[in-house]
Amino acid sequence: MIYFDNAATTLHKPPQVIEAVTKAMTTMGNCGRGAHPSSRRAAGAVYEARQKLARFFSCSREDHVVFTANATHSLNLAICGLFSPGDHVITTVAEHNSVLRPLYRLEGQIGLQTDYIPTDAKGVLQLSKLEEFLRPNTKAVICTHMSNVTGNITDLETVSAFTKKHGLLLVVDGSQSAGYLPISMKEMAIDILCVTGHKGLLGPQGTGCLLLREGISLRPLTVGGSGVQSYLKEQPPKLPEALEAGTLNTHGIAGLSAAMDYLEEMGLEVIKEKEDALTRYFYENIRHIDGIRIHGDPEGSHGPIVALNLPNMDSATLADCLAEDYGIATRPGAHCAPLMHKALGTDTQGLVRFSFSHFNTCEEVDLAVTALKELRQQD
Amino acid sequence: MRRKELCILLTFSTTTEAMAMEAHASAHGLPGRLIPVPTVIHAGCGVCWKAPIAEKPRILAAMEKEQLPYEGFFELVI
Repeated sequence: MIYFDNAATTLHKPPQVIEAVTKAMTTMGNCGRGAHPSSRRAAGAVYEARQKLARFFSCSREDHVVFTANATHSLNLAICGLFSPGDHVITTVAEHNSVLRPLYRLEGQIGLQTDYIPTDAKGVLQLSKLEEFLRPNTKAVICTHMSNVTGNITDLETVSAFTKKHGLLLVVDGSQSAGYLPISMKEMAIDILCVTGHKGLLGPQGTGCLLLREGISLRPLTVGGSGVQSYLKEQPPKLPEALEAGTLNTHGIAGLSAAMDYLEEMGLEVIKEKEDALTRYFYENIRHIDGIRIHGDPEGSHGPIVALNLPNMDSATLADCLAEDYGIATRPGAHCAPLMHKALGTDTQGLVRFSFSHFNTCEEVDLAVTALKELRQQD
Repeated sequence: MRRKELCILLTFSTTTEAMAMEAHASAHGLPGRLIPVPTVIHAGCGVCWKAPIAEKPRILAAMEKEQLPYEGFFELVI
């Protein structure tokens, strides 16, 4: 199988990630739940992973790296823990349902007020409209760093300048960009960064984290076992335990930690260069196919995603033909991003997303190009 | 029968603080190890750093110099 669904999850993981998970599953006890060697080994592995993630994203404190199950979990923690009745938030139509649904729920539950930055025809966010949406009760801007539908990259510099100017919090969904673009919480003035471990970071599924700037306080989403302050009726107030109720996914975190080593060793610039080259090669070879519609702005600021449709063909049918007839895995449909599809006018047809990893090859891309050309001729 | 000795114990509020202590001690050759918190002590985190009493000045100096967070300091015969 040729795997071009890396924006959903990366299938090809570095071998050291798999080895680290296996080692953890055979040697590690429960982190923070004892002082015997297997528990300490687990706590050490988790601590080391916190250090690596803090360093990787320039988070000022390792104890402000909170482990979660995925980016959706991180975003729910951030959104549900941050807002109170009467607050207003600015977000964008490029957001995934992991942002939209918690916001919709708070709109109903506490009357949260929300505005959505629109896009142009290429799906590029119209950030010049940020000022138009500002209200006296605006508390935060929540935005994705890269659209999971089009691959368009958000100009975080502009968003960050806006949030700094008006004293707003900046919450960034780094699900698609982490492991592809460098992200510095310090330089980009990000207050809360939400990432998942199983996409560009190349870790196991079931891992993710939320990184907080010092001074940000969130209400916990879940409360329960923490391994510390057991006689308190409330969740212990100190980070990271304040936001980490229950046993951590230490086995997965050990794998993520090994993946961080791989990324450091490989270098993001090398990964980005390889993925950009594959994306460009694919785009250049398909863009002249008669009738093909390519969404997003592949010639602008753009990540390793190409979103497309063939005329008169449902996106699910196209993806199924690619999988069944050519062994090529892609993702059709709505991609959990309804507002982006409405903005692109693809809410009926959906679109087919090709997303690349640096483990992919030009030969694989050639086969996908041939497949699209043949399928177009058969139509 | 196991011999009891006077030792110092440093307690922590979070597991992360305890692990920061262990990492620092390991990197700088500070004596001691993490043990379960004795029941006579009330501490947030379930593990504490135990070191010989003779190492008290060195340990406390390192905690202060490196700004390593800890919750409490005890001297105990265990």
